[in-house]
Amino acid sequence: MITLQYFYFLAGALFAAFAVLSIGDGSNRKRLGNTAFWALLAVSFLGGSYIGDFANGLIVLALVVLGGFGLLGIGKPATTSPGERAESAKRRGNAIFLPALIIPAVAVLGTLYLKSFHVGGVPLVDGKQVTLISLALGAVLALLAAMIWLRPPAFAPLQEGRRIVDTIGWAAILPQMLAALGAIFFLAHVGDAVREIATRWIPLDLPLAAVCAYCIGMALFTIIMGNAFAAFPVMTAAIGLPLIVHKFGGNPAIMGAIGMLSGFCGTLMTPMAANFNIVPAALLELPDRNAVIKAQIPTAIPLLAANTLLMYILVFRF
Amino acid sequence: MLTLLGVAVVVVGFLIRLNPLLVIVAAVFVTGWAAGLDPVAIIKAFGHAYNENRYVSGVWVVLPVIGLLERYGLQERARILIGRVHVATVGRLLLVYFIARQLLSAVGLTSVAGQAQTVRPLVAPMAEAAAEKRFGPLPEKTRWTIRAHAAAADNISLFFGEDIFIAVGSILLITASLRSSGVNVQPFDLSLWAIPTAILALLVHGVRLMLLDRRLARELKTQTPPAPEAAE
Repeated sequence: MITLQYFYFLAGALFAAFAVLSIGDGSNRKRLGNTAFWALLAVSFLGGSYIGDFANGLIVLALVVLGGFGLLGIGKPATTSPGERAESAKRRGNAIFLPALIIPAVAVLGTLYLKSFHVGGVPLVDGKQVTLISLALGAVLALLAAMIWLRPPAFAPLQEGRRIVDTIGWAAILPQMLAALGAIFFLAHVGDAVREIATRWIPLDLPLAAVCAYCIGMALFTIIMGNAFAAFPVMTAAIGLPLIVHKFGGNPAIMGAIGMLSGFCGTLMTPMAANFNIVPAALLELPDRNAVIKAQIPTAIPLLAANTLLMYILVFRF
Repeated sequence: MLTLLGVAVVVVGFLIRLNPLLVIVAAVFVTGWAAGLDPVAIIKAFGHAYNENRYVSGVWVVLPVIGLLERYGLQERARILIGRVHVATVGRLLLVYFIARQLLSAVGLTSVAGQAQTVRPLVAPMAEAAAEKRFGPLPEKTRWTIRAHAAAADNISLFFGEDIFIAVGSILLITASLRSSGVNVQPFDLSLWAIPTAILALLVHGVRLMLLDRRLARELKTQTPPAPEAAE
């Protein structure tokens, strides 16, 4: 059966290649930092399942030292000039989009159909991880197609991948770090403490007050945790169920649906949701790492207000 | 209550703009200490949690093929394509992308697009090209604003589209967490009640994109329009 482990091996091999190729990049004064960073990440992906929690913890700390104290530089792998790219874009036409479209096409088809393939009675792919595995499969197939068509130098895909990943730098592991922080918060019962505060200090004896506290609380707690999934169980157990549903007779499906979407308004406004907000800023080479958040806030706040109103109108009526 | 110190560390750390990796590690140690763990136990717990979340970083496996296609002019081709569409503006282009992404997410096809798969190689360069076509060479600041809006359109359309699909993670989480408190809701009802917000999101963001077009026109109209290009 193909499990997530294969996916980790693939990513680990890629990070190992970034590490090796970084050594020889004379244009990067901090190349040893880059090498160490990508090599540690490679160890984590290739061996993380086997080396135990403490060793994994030490790897994380080392990654943080490298990334947190500015020991990574930006490599400059040899690539094509803007003129060559313009020329190639004209010559190859819209066919250049096809390999890029293979990735989503395979991701979708794989997600829909791979689950039902069985080899000798065992499913070919672990059903729970089918989307990620399909995405990786799409990336590999797209790369094969592009290699056959474009015939680039053998190391070009790895060098071009390194060109992009070096512009992302340490932010490449930020989403994973924040997910791990969320797990630590959960372990330490941070949610319970927030619930205590919310219920002790906010007067909630009117339906409107309860709805406001729940929706705005979802958004605020999501801003702090970076993830509406972490906020939902806490806020729902603290305010949603006891007050909106049980005390005032609200519809739990409406409360749950709009409550979660109120949390998503918070996701749009927080640097803690790094994979949505911080990584794209790096990926698009924006100098202000909060630029994406700033573009989203003027949508998020009216939408949060609209959600609160919508819940108040709908939840007690259906 | 003491465990909230970790949250405070995160808030203060982000506010004073320390490196986020350092802020996270500080928050982990403060939270772990407040929960009564010794340093070795904290490192173990964090190493375990980090390792369990590796799938989050796995999305980078798409970088080699995206980089390779960029080497052969993917972004430039996206610009050429959009340059031919005469009605294209930044706002209209992003609105079309927004609607398409929202519809695809609503039928469960969330991984079809994304910041690495579509925004960097296609949507952002297309949006920039739409502005260049109208206003000529762009100042850097405008370029950054347009790119940030491309990323924002992707996030917002994803968030307020995906919950209409029954089998998405957040629907499953809502169902599971309500059930654990003895309240049963049907996933179908949840996806149904996600629709009003989805429409509101489209309206609010649609208006903002049209305002963005106006703002760009106001800021850039003083520049001379580009000379018409010869055929391709």
